[in-house]
Amino acid sequence: MAASRRIRVLVAKPGLDGHDRGAKVLARALRDAGMEVIYTGIRQTPEQVVNAVIQEDVDVLCLSSLSGAHDYLFPRIMELLREKGVDDILVLGGGIIPEEDIPALKAVGIAEIFGPGSFTSDIIKFIEENVKDRSKTRGEGER
Amino acid sequence: MFDEKALEELKEAAKRWEESLAPTLAKRPERKPSFVNTSGIPIERVYLPFHLAGLEYERDLGFPGDYPFTRGVQATMYRGQLWTMRQYAGFGTAEESNRRYRYLLEQGQTGLSVAFDLPTQIGYDSDHPNAYGEVGKVGVAIDSIHDMRILFQGIPLDKVSTSMTINAPAAILLAMYMAVAQEQGVRGDQLNGTIQNDILKEYTSRGTYIFPPEPSMRIVTDIFAFCSKEVPNWNTISISGYHMREAGCTAVQEVAFTLANGIAYVEAGLKAGLDVDAFAPRLAFFFCCHLDFFEEIAKFRAARRLWARIMKERFKAKNPRSCMLRFHTQTAGCTLTAQQPKNNIIRVAYQAMAAVLGGTQSLHTNSMDEALALPTEEAVQIALRTQQILAYEFGVTETVDPLGGSFYVERLTNEIEERAMDYIRKIDEMGGSPRAIELGFIQKEIQEAAYAYQREVESGERVVVGVNRFQVQEPPFKAILRVDPAVRERQLQRLEKIKKERDSEKVKRALDGLRKAAEGTENLMPHILEAVKSEATLGEICDVLRDVFGEYQASVII
Repeated sequence: MAASRRIRVLVAKPGLDGHDRGAKVLARALRDAGMEVIYTGIRQTPEQVVNAVIQEDVDVLCLSSLSGAHDYLFPRIMELLREKGVDDILVLGGGIIPEEDIPALKAVGIAEIFGPGSFTSDIIKFIEENVKDRSKTRGEGER
Repeated sequence: MFDEKALEELKEAAKRWEESLAPTLAKRPERKPSFVNTSGIPIERVYLPFHLAGLEYERDLGFPGDYPFTRGVQATMYRGQLWTMRQYAGFGTAEESNRRYRYLLEQGQTGLSVAFDLPTQIGYDSDHPNAYGEVGKVGVAIDSIHDMRILFQGIPLDKVSTSMTINAPAAILLAMYMAVAQEQGVRGDQLNGTIQNDILKEYTSRGTYIFPPEPSMRIVTDIFAFCSKEVPNWNTISISGYHMREAGCTAVQEVAFTLANGIAYVEAGLKAGLDVDAFAPRLAFFFCCHLDFFEEIAKFRAARRLWARIMKERFKAKNPRSCMLRFHTQTAGCTLTAQQPKNNIIRVAYQAMAAVLGGTQSLHTNSMDEALALPTEEAVQIALRTQQILAYEFGVTETVDPLGGSFYVERLTNEIEERAMDYIRKIDEMGGSPRAIELGFIQKEIQEAAYAYQREVESGERVVVGVNRFQVQEPPFKAILRVDPAVRERQLQRLEKIKKERDSEKVKRALDGLRKAAEGTENLMPHILEAVKSEATLGEICDVLRDVFGEYQASVII
């Protein structure tokens, strides 16, 4: 990671679920940890999330779903990212996600799932250790 | 309530007692430098009569069933009738949910509480593109009166009371319920139940809004006016603090923001030309029961007293029923842990006891597995048994307001009322809660409190058993309820069939009538009732209203 650029993160709420306490707490914690954070707000379609990833040129995408729709929404977002040629960002998931669903989500490229009781400090550490070097691929201009 | 001179003497004695503790405290300090509850209220070492100086018994506490209702809204409380045991349930199709309701009733549950899936709550039919992945997930999918008919098959609607967690499209689901009742031969005045219908907290915390605030408030007051004549025993709104608390606010904020929203609904009703005593008796409330046992009990008592005073002093209500804060309670979902989930049974049991000691009218106890998925039948049964054990084995029901007169509980009741009132004044100065929401004030307060809570957990200052203390390595929790992914297909087939078989002219006429009413000022309810009977779908009805009213665009605040 080039020192000149702060890690940019999109926190997104795909689907119709309005529970965003976790997403907002995480957004705030990542910001306090020195990252640049954009929060989409609730009720985003997979297309809107992927557009925001591209527009905002982020390094990390954090997806949150508490309605059980992760089994459709998360893989759909990964599919759209691939279609758009976005393959160099770190994607994390969170929310109410049964443990037995995790392998399938990891298989489509989600790096880690952080369920209820996760510490924001652990998520920050994970991002810092796993964010990809996008210095060659990211959009023009340092922010 | 106390002799002033005696209080002064006691204060002196207490001072001497505190001083005498110095050597002990020097040798063995207390566990924490200060004791403070979630609302930021400092907690004394011990509570004494002088902490209640100024309390006047009849003015501030009174008799159960009498103004200001601090000790309860009914004279005999649980000696007369136990609270309604009402488990929030629903998933998949109407058939599956109907089976779960009948199971719960067989198990001794005394009221129904319907959970709708998110597409239904946001006014989309199951075939809407945004509904993909969400159909039947967090509740039952209802597209038309056909689904509603199946949902209540074999359940006599004159015998049960039904609570429906539905907000933006509340008018439509209520109309479907009334139409199904009619088919069963049940009259409007025989129907008992509640629609949540609390749109303001959707903007601050729950998120299932559709229309902008102004037309949304009109729908709410149309419902008030219509129901006072057609379904007089129906609770037309359940003004909810629950979701704001779940989103992170404190006990004081929960009382303040809920009652501030209550004030906004009363004002809207008055502005629509209704008489306060015509609709206020049908306003109901919904609170969370969180972890701090005594803070929660005091919160319920404070909320009752404060609402009574607001209704009498501010709105000049004359009917005592207008001043009664009747409420449903749900134990706090956000306190459930995914780690060692069986521990949640214990958390829920204590929370349920606090709700009962606080005088709740109905109660939902969470299931132990809700931090992981929708509850299984076994988990729901334990949750219901928790209430039954509390009701029948523990003796907490034998006298009214058993903690009334506790120095601690009375002092906390006073402090929560005062602090909540301070917030309400602040919100009034902003122009009322709709304006405070527009300014993002309430959302910001909730978020600040949520962030502070998380920091306390991560620093270890707040202990969460199994999460930051007493952790164990454990295998994944296996017994999880999964919604059949074929639910969507089944809903789509049914929807298609309905659209093919119904009288489309009749649908069109009903929707046109609704559109005209929405564009004008006529009450929407009769038109919505007409539309659901014509077999128009929920999505079609909402689309007409979206067309006329527009859609709410939330601004993102972090």
